[in-house]
Amino acid sequence: MKLNFLTAHELQGLLKAKKIDPAQIIADIEERCRIVEPKIKAFARAPFFKNVSFAPRHQGELSGIPAVIKDNICSDGDLTECSSRILEGFRPPYDATVVEKLKASGSFIIAKANMDEFAFGSSCETSCFYPTRNPWNTDHVPGGSSGGSAASVAADEAIFSLGSDTGGSIRQPAALCGIVGLKPTYGRVSRYGLIAFASSLDQIGPLTKDVRDSALLLKVIAGHDEKDATSVDIPVPDYPALLGKDVKGMRVAIPREYFVEGMDHEVRQALSEAKNKLGSLGVTFGEVSLPHTEYAVAAYYIIATAEASSNLARFDGVQYGLRNSEKTNTAQPPLIAMYKETRGKGFGAEAKRRIILGTYVLSSGYYDAYYLRASKVRALIKDDFDKVFKEFDLILTPTSPTAAFKLGEKTNDPLNMYLSDIYTISANLAGLPAISLPCGLTKKGLPIGMQILGKPFEEEDIFRLAYQYEQNTVWHKAKPKGL
Amino acid sequence: MAYEAVIGLEVHVQLKTKTKSFCGCVNEFGLKENTNICPVCLGLPGSLPVLNQKAYKMSMKAGLALGCIPRQCVKFDRKNYFYPDLPKNFQISQYDMPFAENGSLDISVNGRNKKIRIKRVHLEEDAGKLIHPFGESYSLVDFNRAGTPLLEIVSEPDMHSPEDAYQYLTDLKLILQYLDVSDCDMEKGSLRCDANISLRPEGQATLGTKAELKNMNSFKAVKAALAYEIMRQGKILGNKEHIAQETRLWDEKKEETFTMRSKEEAHDYRYFPEPDLPLFVFSDAEVEEIRKTIPELPKDRLRRFVSTLQVSEKDAVVLISIKELADLFEACLDLYNEPKKIANWLIGPVLSHARPSFPVTPESLTKVISLVEDGAVSNLAGKSILAEMVETGKSPQDIMREKNLAQVSDPDELKLVIDQVIANNKKSVADYLAGKDNALMFLVGQVMRLSSGKANPKAAKDMMTERLKKC
Repeated sequence: MKLNFLTAHELQGLLKAKKIDPAQIIADIEERCRIVEPKIKAFARAPFFKNVSFAPRHQGELSGIPAVIKDNICSDGDLTECSSRILEGFRPPYDATVVEKLKASGSFIIAKANMDEFAFGSSCETSCFYPTRNPWNTDHVPGGSSGGSAASVAADEAIFSLGSDTGGSIRQPAALCGIVGLKPTYGRVSRYGLIAFASSLDQIGPLTKDVRDSALLLKVIAGHDEKDATSVDIPVPDYPALLGKDVKGMRVAIPREYFVEGMDHEVRQALSEAKNKLGSLGVTFGEVSLPHTEYAVAAYYIIATAEASSNLARFDGVQYGLRNSEKTNTAQPPLIAMYKETRGKGFGAEAKRRIILGTYVLSSGYYDAYYLRASKVRALIKDDFDKVFKEFDLILTPTSPTAAFKLGEKTNDPLNMYLSDIYTISANLAGLPAISLPCGLTKKGLPIGMQILGKPFEEEDIFRLAYQYEQNTVWHKAKPKGL
Repeated sequence: MAYEAVIGLEVHVQLKTKTKSFCGCVNEFGLKENTNICPVCLGLPGSLPVLNQKAYKMSMKAGLALGCIPRQCVKFDRKNYFYPDLPKNFQISQYDMPFAENGSLDISVNGRNKKIRIKRVHLEEDAGKLIHPFGESYSLVDFNRAGTPLLEIVSEPDMHSPEDAYQYLTDLKLILQYLDVSDCDMEKGSLRCDANISLRPEGQATLGTKAELKNMNSFKAVKAALAYEIMRQGKILGNKEHIAQETRLWDEKKEETFTMRSKEEAHDYRYFPEPDLPLFVFSDAEVEEIRKTIPELPKDRLRRFVSTLQVSEKDAVVLISIKELADLFEACLDLYNEPKKIANWLIGPVLSHARPSFPVTPESLTKVISLVEDGAVSNLAGKSILAEMVETGKSPQDIMREKNLAQVSDPDELKLVIDQVIANNKKSVADYLAGKDNALMFLVGQVMRLSSGKANPKAAKDMMTERLKKC
């Protein structure tokens, strides 16, 4: 078997037993990329295999195992452009904390993954470079915004990758690509070095081929960081060591509001089967209500765009990235012209839409009606979850209402696109950890994902259930065909 | 019609922290352009702010010292606007949950006491600086100052004359200097002041339309700009015209204000909570801990100097007006318990040597004073010792010895000088003996001259009187 098809923990075992050499991993990945990357376009730019030092200075959990990271995570000296023209040529002079942690554990970066521009999207089609395609069917999107991160892992061009999740940007592409994607609790993983979309919602997490790798990766990247005031100082458990625990007697809630009319029947069917499987493992289920769910999308798109409009203000052509100072409108002062030309050329349509939306909801006279009200809704959504978690350990839902849709299918219908995050955004609003893992395939052969949400800072419970489910099913073993 | 001016001031002071507000860069000025910077204060993509604990404590300290009610829960907000000196195109500031609110400052103007309410005290980050090379069509940005901590102190519109504003600024500055939170040097930009001013017919309660004044570079300029504005607005109102709500800049050379931007052009700052910084919760114990660090404030010190140290009110006002001077005064008192004499020395010769700090130690200064008081050197010599001490840092005794300034009280030595003076000034001696008392002073003066000022004047006079009896 080629090494690129293996998981990090499998490679870890082989490397420790000296059965393989790190160079072989790279060679296999490089060969795989040569074949499939032209079809998938998972990377924002060509990977760097040549100058990779795969004899890592550090010996740790991931020694010798290469990483792919999303194009919005800074790595010292590497192009980091958020798949946006406005960051053209930007090479951060520092490593994100997660990158430092990866490197300290012996891993190294071989590529930056393509993404929706600034993580604005659910299909990876808003990238300024090119859309990434779903390895299971290249007519379909890989999901987004961490579409490149998900597709590279699903296509075995990567062992694992890191993505970021603001409203489902790790979990939804993981579901659509048939892999495991984790959004940790807000504050569990440092955001330092993650180019912000919406600071109060963003969280970095791993996209992996199985649950054990997800647990392993979280162990490596989690922890308090004094450079991120929103990271929380709670000890990081040894997640992989806790995987084997029995799930008998675990109480799992099924929220009524997530299983409504109009949801894809194949997704419904897959969830129902997953529930039966977990029931047979001793899990008990109860139906609950999360009454404010219907307001989540609206609240999310107000808060997320408000924060984004401010976070993206710094891209103005002054210090870095694109600067367009050719004056087309001579009636304007040169500075204003530079701002307008730079931002006009640098941002894509979706980025502009969100900046305008966010600017609007924060404007004087509208703040109370939009931002403030959305913040109140956010608190109510969190209360809903708190109530459920008094009686239940975990919550089970679909990850996405449908399997992967076709390229171009929703690009002219932003609202419909926004609704593909309907099951994932509540976890971001409430700051909760949530995982997506494969739980079936549609008749057309596209993956279906299920989502498990847990209590804050209790990712180990999520892993425990996910692992037992995975060990008793075959879905994580399924691979895309015809690549 | 007579109008009453209504004035409120917004004062920004640079906090004296070691590092910037949200990163580890040093809080220092005068470094080479763009050398004191890091990803955080440059607002590079992905960087995050972490609040400086010292800035946090200083802000609360200032709020408490100004009699404000501390907030138990403090929040930061983003103030959004585009400008090239603002790296993130938003400023981290505080909107509705500042450190402290509702305080006051008592000022005295022309013998009348007034209470100026303080609306709020909040912390924010400073921007970088634009540099406009002469004759060039471009501008440059220096980000060294970006992210340094600024404390904003906003008064209520409780001032009614330029003099009120001047006194408020003077007292506020002194308090902040006593708290050791800022240098408050307006020339160096560590204190900046904007003023809001409107006029209303005397006796009317509702406020008139205000103008915001900026670009005043000294307290005097604030006073002058306000006086100008009172005249300008008075003229408009006198003509039954309307005042435009606007921001105006003070032109120091022309001594007038001019329009910078109208209300319509005013920014919509789109404040919203800074998501990168959590809410900061102060416990009562923490607030009390900070309160304990507040030193005796200028007004209390003045009272104590007058009531328990018997310093005259006039002297005490000067002493407390510079914290180092008052500190030096008290340190000297510990060594040499002569409040009046020390005050005289400090307010006179010592203050004239201040540049801007005081280059004397309490030990050396009290030594000089005691040398003079004990008659070891003359008053004049004492002053030249002080000057020499400031210049060279040498000890008073060494200077006295090297410059041969010791006062001569030794009868044998004095006798020689006196004999010579009498021999040289026969006429004056005769005058004295004939009853002209003035001649005595002249003869003593000659003793001083001949001894190069070293003769102890009192001893010289006594001995001369005795000696003349024998003539």
